[in-house]
Amino acid sequence: MDSLMRWLRKLWIFVRQEKFENELNEEMAFHREQIAKELQADGMGAEPAQYATQRQFGNAAHLQERSHDVVAFGFETALQDFRFAIRQLRRNPAFASIAILIFALGICASVSIFGFVDAALIKPLPYQYPSRLVGVYESAARIPRSNLSYLDYLDWKKRNRVFSSLEVWSGTGYLLKTSDGVQPAPSVRVSAGFFRTLGVNPVIGRDFEPGEDLPGAPSVAILSYATWQKWFGGREDVIGQTAMLSNVSYKIVGVLPREFHFAPRGSADFWTVLDGSNSCEKRRSCHNLFGVARLKDGVPVEMAQAEMQSIAKQLEAEYPGSNRDQGAVVVPLSEAIVGDIRPILLVLLSGAGLLLLIACVNVTSLLLARSESRKREIAVRVALGASFVRLARQFATEGLALVVAGGALGVIAAGWLMGLLTKLVPAQMLAGMPYLNGLGLNSRVLAFACGVVVIAAVLFGLAPFLRAPILDMRNGLAEGGRGSAGRMWRRFGANLVVVELAIAVVLLVGAGLLGKSFYRLLHVDLGFQPDHLATLGVAVPDVTYKSDEQRVALARQVVSRISNLPGVKSVGLTTLMPVSYNGNTDWIRMVGKPFHGEHNEVNERDVSSGYFTALQAKLVRGRFFDDAQDASKPRVAVINEALARQYFPGEDPIGKKFGDGGLTPNSLREIIGVVDDIREGSLDSKIWPAEYLPFNQSPDTFFAVVVRTSQAEQSVLPTLSRTIREIDPSIGIASEETMNGRIDSSQTAYLHRSSAWLVGGFAALALLLGVVGLYGVISYTVSQRSREIGIRMALGAPPESVYRLILKEAGWLTAVGMASGLMCAVIAATLMHKLLFDVESWDVPTLCGVALVLGLCALCAAFVPARRAASLDPVEVLRAE
Amino acid sequence: MPTKSDLMPGTLDMLILKMLTRSPQHGYGIALSIKRLSEDFLRVEEGSLYPALQRLLLQGWVKAEWKKTETNRRARFYSLTPAGRKQLGLELSQFEQMIAAIGRVLEGA
Repeated sequence: MDSLMRWLRKLWIFVRQEKFENELNEEMAFHREQIAKELQADGMGAEPAQYATQRQFGNAAHLQERSHDVVAFGFETALQDFRFAIRQLRRNPAFASIAILIFALGICASVSIFGFVDAALIKPLPYQYPSRLVGVYESAARIPRSNLSYLDYLDWKKRNRVFSSLEVWSGTGYLLKTSDGVQPAPSVRVSAGFFRTLGVNPVIGRDFEPGEDLPGAPSVAILSYATWQKWFGGREDVIGQTAMLSNVSYKIVGVLPREFHFAPRGSADFWTVLDGSNSCEKRRSCHNLFGVARLKDGVPVEMAQAEMQSIAKQLEAEYPGSNRDQGAVVVPLSEAIVGDIRPILLVLLSGAGLLLLIACVNVTSLLLARSESRKREIAVRVALGASFVRLARQFATEGLALVVAGGALGVIAAGWLMGLLTKLVPAQMLAGMPYLNGLGLNSRVLAFACGVVVIAAVLFGLAPFLRAPILDMRNGLAEGGRGSAGRMWRRFGANLVVVELAIAVVLLVGAGLLGKSFYRLLHVDLGFQPDHLATLGVAVPDVTYKSDEQRVALARQVVSRISNLPGVKSVGLTTLMPVSYNGNTDWIRMVGKPFHGEHNEVNERDVSSGYFTALQAKLVRGRFFDDAQDASKPRVAVINEALARQYFPGEDPIGKKFGDGGLTPNSLREIIGVVDDIREGSLDSKIWPAEYLPFNQSPDTFFAVVVRTSQAEQSVLPTLSRTIREIDPSIGIASEETMNGRIDSSQTAYLHRSSAWLVGGFAALALLLGVVGLYGVISYTVSQRSREIGIRMALGAPPESVYRLILKEAGWLTAVGMASGLMCAVIAATLMHKLLFDVESWDVPTLCGVALVLGLCALCAAFVPARRAASLDPVEVLRAE
Repeated sequence: MPTKSDLMPGTLDMLILKMLTRSPQHGYGIALSIKRLSEDFLRVEEGSLYPALQRLLLQGWVKAEWKKTETNRRARFYSLTPAGRKQLGLELSQFEQMIAAIGRVLEGA
C-alpha cells in the first residue's frame, strides 16, 4: 500500500516535472539568500557573502539533481542519458550517420538472409507434428533417392511396423476445360490417406475416404485453395460439382486450406486419387511414386530406415528381376524439402554474418577513434565528479542510441530487401518453394534482429573502455595527451583492421570461388547449341489420342506445321527437355555381353528424327534415324558417348543390339548411331548413359518441342503455341521459353547465380569497409606521428623515406590480414565445397586474384595518408608544437 | 575542537522530523534549528537536506506548503503528517535503544 502511494507520488511529480524543478530551485535560492544574509549579519560584505554561500552550497545543478534522483523513476536518468547521447551524436552528424549506416548495412544483410533461413529451415511445415513426417524413397545404384513403384509401395505399406501410415503421391498434369478453353493444370495424384497422414483437413467438403483409391471407385478431386478461388469463384456450392480434367469428369469433394502447401510438388491445382490402374503402376519395375509417411510414436528415423531397408531386401529376394539392388531411403520430410537449399542458405547466412561482424568491428573502431578525441571531455567530466559507473552508463547509452537507430534502419531495409529478393526468384522456382510465401519480418526474424542489436549494443557500449584509461584524468587533461593512450589505440585499432581485412579476404575468396563456379556452370559443355532455340511443352489428352498411330500422326503434324513457319530452320520433339534432370530411365541388357540381372540404368528419351538436327548435336558415329522409322520398321536406337564408353569400351557399338533384362524379342534394338553427350540432367550433374529411341516407335502424350530459329527465338514463341492450338484446341501448352532462358532460370543456375551475386555483394561491401578501416588507422598514425615525421624531414629525410615509413606500416597490416584471411578462406571454402562446381577450394588463381585486389585497394587506402605525410611542411609542424 | 560533524547515518530523517514537531518550517529553518540546537556541532549539508526532504515527502511523513515568512518572502514550509509523527516515535525509540545498547557495550568493556 505504502509503495503504491510512493509510486503515485512519484508519478505526480513526474507529470509536473517542471513545477517540481522550479519549486526546488526557488526553495534552494531562498536557502542561499538566507545564508548570505546570515553571513552579512556577521559583518561580511555583500559580494564576499554571496561568494562564500556559493562555495558552501556547491554546484546548484548537482544538488538539484540529487534531489531529483530521490523522486525520479529509474528510467528517467536513462532517458536523460539518452537525450544527452542523441545530443552528442547530433553534434557530430558525420560520425553518427556513418556509424549508423554501416551498422544498418550489417543488420540489413544478416536480417534479410535470416528471414530466408527462417522461412525455409526454421518455420515448421504447415502439417501436424511435421517432425514426425518422413519422405520415403527407393534407392538404386545410380539414383540414391528414386521413386517407388506402386507394387513395391503396397508391399512396404503392408509389411512395415514403423509407420502409422505410409502414403504415396505422383505429380501429374491435367487439361482443365474452362470457359476460356483448355488450361494445363499441374496436379497431384495421391493415395487416399495422404492428407490424413499430413494432418491436413479440407476447409470445406471432405478428405478422400479410405477405399477411394481402389480401382473402379468414382473419380473424385480436391481443389487447392487458389484453384477454388480462380476457377470456381470461391463458392461454397463447388462441393459436388464436377470438373473436366483431360476429358474425364471428376466430382469435387473438398477444398484445401489457404495456408496448405506441398513444396515437393510446388503448385498443384487438383488433387486426385491414385488407384494404381495406369500401365506404369501395374509393373513392379516402373517407378513413378514418392512416399510420405508418419513415424509411429517413439520410432526414430534410423529405425524406420533399417526396417524399410530389410523389407527392400526381402522384396529383392522375391522379385529378383525387378528389385535387384533396390534399397530403401527414409529421410525427414523437411530434409527432403529443403535439403537442397540448406547449404546455400547457411553459406549466405555465414556471409551476411561476416559482413555484420566487419560492420561491427568498423563501428567499434570508429567509436574508439572518437573516444580518443573525446579524451579531454571525459577527463573533465571525471574531474567534475562523474563516477566510473555514470560514465560507463553514458557510453553504453551512446552505443545503444547508435545501435537502435542503425538497427531500426537495417530492419526496415531488410523488410524491403526480402521482398526484392523474392521477386528476383524465377516464378517457377518460387512455386517449388511455397514456404517462402510467409517471408517477412515475423516475430522470429525480429527476435533475431533484437538479439543482434543487444549484442552490438553491449559491444559498442564497452568499446570506449577497451582502450582508454579514462579515469586517468591528469593524462587526459594534459595538453597534447598523445602518450600511452595514442599508442595503445594504434595497436588496438590495428588489430581490428587486421580482423576486418581478414574477413574481407574470406568473403572475397568465397565470392570468387562461387563466381568461378557459376562461370564454369554456364560454360559447361551442353552437347548442343542452346542459342536460337525456342522450346515448349505439349500435353495431349490421351482420351482423344488413344492409339499410337494417332499420337504419331499428331506429332508429325506438329513438326510439319511448325517447320513451315517463317524463321524456323528445324524442329524436334523429345519426351523430356534437355537440361532438366537425369531420370525417366530404362534398364537395358547388351546382347552378347555377360549379364547377371544387374540394372544397367540409362536415360531414355523418345525423340523425333529432326531432334538432333534441331539441337545441332554432333553425330560421332553411324547415323541418325529418319521419320519413316516407325512401328512397322525394325527397332533402332541412337546412344550417347557415355553409354558407348561404359558398355562398349574399345568397341564399335554400331550394329550391336540391346534389349530389356530378359532380352524379350520385341524389346531388342539395334544401335545405329552414337551422338555427342547431350546434357540431359541439370548443369552440375554427371552425364549419364542415354538411349534415344525414335518417337514414332514409342510415342507419348507428353512431349517437348524444340525449334531452331534463324531470327530471335523469343519472337517465335507466341506463333508456336498458336500453331499448335490450330491443330487441336484441346492440346495443353506449357513452359514456352527459350532454351537459354530455361538454362538461365534452371534451379542449378539460379542457386549458383544468386549465391555468387549475394556473396559477391557482401564481399564488395566488406572490402570497402576493410579498406576504409585501414585508411582510418593509417591516417590516425600519420596525425599522431606528424611531429616525428616533421623532425625526420627537418633533419633531411627525403619524402620517399616518409612514404616508405607509412606504407610499410600499411603493408604490414595488410599482409597479416591477408595471410590470416587466406588461411581462413581456404578452410571456409572447404566447408562449402558442396556449392562449388568444378573449382577446388584452394583454387590458386582465385586466391591470387583476391590477394591482388586487396593489395591494390590497401595500397590506395594507404597512399592518401602517406602522401599527406610526405607533403608535411616540417616548419609548420614543429611550430605547431 | 570539532567545528562540523557528520551525522550518524540514518539520523538525518529523524532530526528533520523532530524539528517539525512544534511548527512547520522551511528547509533553511530546519538546517538552522539543527545547527543551533546542537550548538553548532551538527551541520546539515544542503546537498543532503533537500534530497532527504524529498524522500520524506515521498514516504508521506511530511507535507509541503508554500507560505510567507515573517519577512514576507515566499518559502516552502514542511509540516509533519500523522504518519510522520508515528514514524518519528518509532525512530526515536529505535535510536534510544541503539544508544543504550552502545552505552552498555562501552561501559562493559
